[in-house]
Amino acid sequence: MGEAIRLALAVAAKDIRLELRSRTALLSAVVFAALVLVVFNFARDPTAISAMDLAPSVLWVTFAFGAVVALNRAFTVERENAALDGMLLAPLPRSALYLGKLLANLAFVFVVEAVTLPLFVLFFNVSLGHALPGILGVTVLATIGFVAVGTIFSAMVVRTRFAELMLPVLLLPFMVPPLVGAVQCTARLLAGRPLSEMLGWLRLLTLYDIVFVTLCTLAFPAVVDE
Amino acid sequence: MTPTLASAERTLRFGYALTVLGLLAVSAVYVLAICFTPVEVRQGAAQKIFYVHAPSAWGALVAFALVGISSILYLWLHDTRLDLFAASSAEVGIAYSLVMLTTGPIWGKTVWGTWWTWDARLTLTLFLFFLFVGYLALRAALHDRGERARFSAVVGIMGLLLVPFIHLSVYLFRTLHPQPILLKPSSPSLPPEMLRTLMVGMAAFTLLYVGFVTVRYAMAQLADLSEGDADAV
Repeated sequence: MGEAIRLALAVAAKDIRLELRSRTALLSAVVFAALVLVVFNFARDPTAISAMDLAPSVLWVTFAFGAVVALNRAFTVERENAALDGMLLAPLPRSALYLGKLLANLAFVFVVEAVTLPLFVLFFNVSLGHALPGILGVTVLATIGFVAVGTIFSAMVVRTRFAELMLPVLLLPFMVPPLVGAVQCTARLLAGRPLSEMLGWLRLLTLYDIVFVTLCTLAFPAVVDE
Repeated sequence: MTPTLASAERTLRFGYALTVLGLLAVSAVYVLAICFTPVEVRQGAAQKIFYVHAPSAWGALVAFALVGISSILYLWLHDTRLDLFAASSAEVGIAYSLVMLTTGPIWGKTVWGTWWTWDARLTLTLFLFFLFVGYLALRAALHDRGERARFSAVVGIMGLLLVPFIHLSVYLFRTLHPQPILLKPSSPSLPPEMLRTLMVGMAAFTLLYVGFVTVRYAMAQLADLSEGDADAV
């Protein structure tokens, strides 16, 4: 177990190092998320709908789009020069490879979210205040779920011709439960509602994470092994 | 067992026969629903669409469940027939979902006064449709046969697990859809004539599903055989 975690961390470290050297994908994803926020701002009539009513959905739709763009990258880097074959030849359990990829993608999506959140506060004039720790917690919980699914899908779609198009078509239905849960929790957190009102949603998010991280880890060998 | 040309053609003829029977049965449902079933007091004639809507929803759900189950079995047994069956079932499922998603709003507009509402069951079935589309789009985009089978099996299994989550997450909103009247603990609360028409509808649409899937399956086998011939040359 300890060995598998060490290997997973090595895979994640490789991906993160690779990304820090080029920075192109990360920067584009961050800029993309910022642009989505800007577009949302113009899509709303400020005299008719208050920023607060729209804020949770805007935040999560932006996170979702940013994540899809970021996830496209995960296995495209492995396609070039058949790098994935090299990884598969290495004495590395498939589960460790998947978990490593998942960790790298999580780091990547968290960076996009970490940049988006302050921009969101700035553009939409939302004061997070006491809700910040809660929102961070919900973000981590929801992100793990859809990035787990996105990681396995990105390994599949990279084998198709229209990978960038195929990923959202497959992934967005799977994003719905975590997004609905996250939006509901965020709205309640911003309104200062008690924790008991979010308990059902938090259970849903946790259950989704457990089920899909497990399932994807088990199913991953079927995706990479001939 | 690898299919031969003769066995695939036999399956195809059998499928055609079943499809014709299924279509006849569906026409019988129309006759039965329009001429021999009483009009519902509050909903009027619009309620008749129920005899097409509920059976097609049933067919779509069966198709979806069978895609999931044969995906699990495929990853276990690696039998290409299971993969072909899952693909056939998904294609027929998409057709049934479309019937369900068009008849539903037509009824909804008359009875609810709205074409669409984000009710738990409506959202769920809409996502069944999206999952079928994603499943088939992925299949179409992959050319290696083994890869296509493995990837789509993974998507099929994940879809099967996603459905309860979608249901759970939308169920927390208030639901507008009529509550189950057939599969509920107490006895069905439908007048006998209506129940009879519904049951005939269910049987007819199931028969049609089997017919369609058999035809589609045989065609996939034939396509595989001709692809094999092309590879051999």
